[in-house]
Amino acid sequence: MSAFAVIEAGGELSTALYILSFSLFIFGVRQGTHPTTAKRGNMLAAVGMLIAVITTLLLDGIGNWGVIVAGLAVGTAVGVIASIRVQMTDMPQMVALYNGVGGGAVALIAWSEFRQEIEIGHEIPLDTFIPILFAAVIGSVSFWGSNIAFAKLQDLISTRPVSLPGQQLINAALLIGVVGACVILAADNGSPSEGIFIAVLIAAAVLGNLAVLPIGGADMPVVISLLNAATGLSAAAAGFALDNVALIVAGTLVGSSGTILTMEMATAMNRSVANILFAGFGGAPSGGGGDFEERPHRSLGAQDAAITLGYADSVVIVPGYGLAVAQAQHAVKELGDELEKRGIDVRYAIHPVAGRMPGHMNVLLAEADVPYEKLVEMEDINPDMPRTDVAVVVGANDVTNPSAKNDPNSPIAGMPIIEVGEAQQVIVIKRSLSPGFAGIDNDLFYMEKTGMVFADAKKAAQDIAAEVTRL
Amino acid sequence: MDLITELTIFVLAAFVGFEVISKVPATLHTPLMSQTNAIHGIVMLGGLIVAGFGDDPLEYTIGFIAIAFGAINIVGGFMVTDRMLGMFARKKKPAEASAEAEPEQS
Repeated sequence: MSAFAVIEAGGELSTALYILSFSLFIFGVRQGTHPTTAKRGNMLAAVGMLIAVITTLLLDGIGNWGVIVAGLAVGTAVGVIASIRVQMTDMPQMVALYNGVGGGAVALIAWSEFRQEIEIGHEIPLDTFIPILFAAVIGSVSFWGSNIAFAKLQDLISTRPVSLPGQQLINAALLIGVVGACVILAADNGSPSEGIFIAVLIAAAVLGNLAVLPIGGADMPVVISLLNAATGLSAAAAGFALDNVALIVAGTLVGSSGTILTMEMATAMNRSVANILFAGFGGAPSGGGGDFEERPHRSLGAQDAAITLGYADSVVIVPGYGLAVAQAQHAVKELGDELEKRGIDVRYAIHPVAGRMPGHMNVLLAEADVPYEKLVEMEDINPDMPRTDVAVVVGANDVTNPSAKNDPNSPIAGMPIIEVGEAQQVIVIKRSLSPGFAGIDNDLFYMEKTGMVFADAKKAAQDIAAEVTRL
Repeated sequence: MDLITELTIFVLAAFVGFEVISKVPATLHTPLMSQTNAIHGIVMLGGLIVAGFGDDPLEYTIGFIAIAFGAINIVGGFMVTDRMLGMFARKKKPAEASAEAEPEQS
């Protein structure tokens, strides 16, 4: 018996409950526009999910309780433990992992639904079959792509772009093969071959791996966001196959969200999504370190930095991925507190693609108890930069590089930046002069007003804070 | 439900999604992503349905894994979002917040 008929048998009550559940999702996300209501919104969305799950469990004819209870118990235990243990700096890979298991679930559900449709022995209606195939392919791509993204973010595999010779051709061939096999399956909807279906799942898995491997670590936020959208759409496809309105609406909502975030990030990097996916850029300097001649720069000790900061009126702190790597959010907040005690106006300027996930820096600074009002977005802080006494760059690089504005030949030309160079003085906390992921030198480091503090972000922030207290 | 009804729901949901999500400020994009990530865990319903009607060991296995994956996605996603948003929410009243001193995980 197909799942399709049973959902229908659930009738108006189950549909009404599903409508209630997706309304809570939409309302919950709507509450996410402000930090004071977002927590409640998340809770409401979770209640919506609970309603949807209970409704489904109550559907007429659902059986195999052993399997269901075991699956729920194992998944819940893993989810609870993982979410309690994860550190805020590791949030991008956590989201990648959750996204991956979601995609994997979609692919498996599509496979199982395919088997159940065959067992009925009828011609599978195309409005069920095509969504099943879509869900299988996208779910499988998303599962494997997310796992690769997770492995890259967790440093389990190289974050550099890894690519085979003729990679684009291989990917294109795989994609054509997958689509071709799907057409063959759909054309033979009276008795489609399960062997071909499994081959499609496997080919999509290989495609997921190959598509994400060549993308560098710094472009992972875009990849995760795109895979999030993909998993959402595959969930919506599963909803078409199972005639489940909650799946359709929730999946589409996630698809929209992922699409918006992907486009916003691409805009913030001044690159097209296609360029990010196919250019094999964003991993490491392409030409190696030899291309950059040694240029004069000013090196600062913690004490000099403390004096510069301690006698300023206004300070803007610009955090980047280096802050996350060094777990420096608490130390930076302490430094900010010390400066505020001296009556200095301290704010934090957040570039849209700082960190490895959109909004990642905000979460880290919130973890360190930096008030929400002190986190300022790029377009709001830039007009204030010329009036800022000192800008402190902590572990950020390309998002502050003035060549994005001044040099039309720069690889990052046109990328919106935080205009740190406009501030009266600049302090850059960085381990070395090495270039950022774009592999280009940063003129900011060699400006007369710039002082470089070469140290680990956390240690440097602690040392400078200690020196400020002694002023 | 016929295909046209489903497509209508799909298109309207896409527009609602764009409207609602474009209002979320960039500051909250990480929790937004993790919350919508949890919401697509709703595929677990599909897992419950196919497992609930499976009738051979392979289908039990597929169903079990799909449900477990979906549950990780849902439970982990909502809980981690709640943790993150808790950090933002506490900021509103710094004095009280330090008094409550929610246990830190890291």
